[in-house]
Amino acid sequence: MTHYLLAVHGPTEMGEFGNYGSKEEMEKAFADTGAFNDKLRADGYWVFGGGLEPASTATVVDGQAETPVMTDGPYLETKEIIGGFWVIDAPDLDVALKLAAAGSKACGGKVEVRPFAGLA
Amino acid sequence: MQHERAAVERVFREEYGRLIASLVRRFGDIDVAEEAAGEALVVALEKWPESGVPPNPGGWLTTTAGNRAIDRIRREKQRDAKHQAALMDYDDTPHEPTGPVEDDRLRLLFTCCHPALAPEARIALTLRLLGGLTVPEIAQAFLVPETTMAQRITRAKKKILAAKVPYRVPEAADLPERLGGVLAVLFLVFNEGYLATGDGDPVRAELTGEAIRLARILRQLLPDEPEVAGLLGLLVLIEARREARVRNGQLVPVDEQDRAGWDHALIAEGHGLVRECLATNRPGRYQILAAINAVHTDAATAADTDWSQVVALYDQLTRLDPSPIVALNRAVAIAELDGPEVALALVDRLPLEGYHPWHATRADLLRRLGRSVEAKEAYDAAIGATQNTAERAYLSRKRGELV
Repeated sequence: MTHYLLAVHGPTEMGEFGNYGSKEEMEKAFADTGAFNDKLRADGYWVFGGGLEPASTATVVDGQAETPVMTDGPYLETKEIIGGFWVIDAPDLDVALKLAAAGSKACGGKVEVRPFAGLA
Repeated sequence: MQHERAAVERVFREEYGRLIASLVRRFGDIDVAEEAAGEALVVALEKWPESGVPPNPGGWLTTTAGNRAIDRIRREKQRDAKHQAALMDYDDTPHEPTGPVEDDRLRLLFTCCHPALAPEARIALTLRLLGGLTVPEIAQAFLVPETTMAQRITRAKKKILAAKVPYRVPEAADLPERLGGVLAVLFLVFNEGYLATGDGDPVRAELTGEAIRLARILRQLLPDEPEVAGLLGLLVLIEARREARVRNGQLVPVDEQDRAGWDHALIAEGHGLVRECLATNRPGRYQILAAINAVHTDAATAADTDWSQVVALYDQLTRLDPSPIVALNRAVAIAELDGPEVALALVDRLPLEGYHPWHATRADLLRRLGRSVEAKEAYDAAIGATQNTAERAYLSRKRGELV
């Protein structure tokens, strides 16, 4: 089995309903994502997952010097950021890609699939 | 000696795909398989010229390469305990004869053509691992520097290993879509050979030949897939006209080709495949394209071509694939049936300004309508958009004939 990161990409700018067009769309995506999570757990692929607060809530810490340096905001200025992610344990890439497609459909965002080199 | 060496290399090349595929299954690692195969070639080059080619060269190469791979894994296990943990388990059971769908080459083909790999990497890996072409040969075929091609292949192999791209024939539900990806790779290899994109040799017979060889293997492995028969039929029907297609460095369009110069054995094979597809009656893109080429190769002279049949087949193809490129090819047939004016109206609507055949088609239709000024402009645009020397020479001649 291999661990994969399924990272959900979304816009940095969030509207009233996150990155969804309306309240109904947002509620449907939440419900679908919840159902997808339940299925991941039931089928034994689930390791960890969650949604992230907007990038504006991020702080970058550089602790390489004597005193850590804090910077407000995300590390990279980009139009797209990771809005949430899953870590799954799957037998091969074909399984991971199928799960990513289902997850993408549920949450309404593009999903990047990346294998872990290892888990600590 | 030179002759013997060439004979060994020919056998090696023939057996390469099967050899690599069985080694990948056994050792679970493409790099290990390639190195072991390379070492087996070195041994073969030493021994075969003296002892003669063994009765079962493929079996000999598989055994020799397998032993080399095991030796290497044992050496590395002793040398490096840390490395040991990272090594895969290898399957030490002897090679068993397997059914067609279990053939290792088929698994490897689906791995090489996996949709998670970049399209150009799929083509390169397929030619490298199944075709047995060397990296410099592939680099030369696709006009990229050798280092670029080497990096492309290395990167793809690393992704296969790290992301665990499976070494498996897809399950039945996924097979049609995944098979489509494999067929597309073989068709791209063929097309690059048939009308090379660069300004080197206009036709690269080694690529058309390799695509046909791989399509034949695929057909043996999946005899009940009509699209596989369709692709093979399409490729042999186009290949049959290869010799007649270039004369004095110029492309010769199908209506001006010397039909006696066509390969009639390939045409008979292609027609047989098309008939088989018709009997199966599960039409698809490649089968329809093969049928269109069967109509062309069925006519004794260009004037005898059954254009209404060609248009009917393009109509059928349009329902499956309503792309502007299909519409352009359909318009070419419409020009024969309803005249160039009707065809030009269809062509002008298509958003294909970046596609050189669109300019070449417009040029030809405008020429036939006597609209010389516009035809010249269209020929210039077509010439500017292709590097293929034979096509440029043909287009330049046609442009020069305009008054």
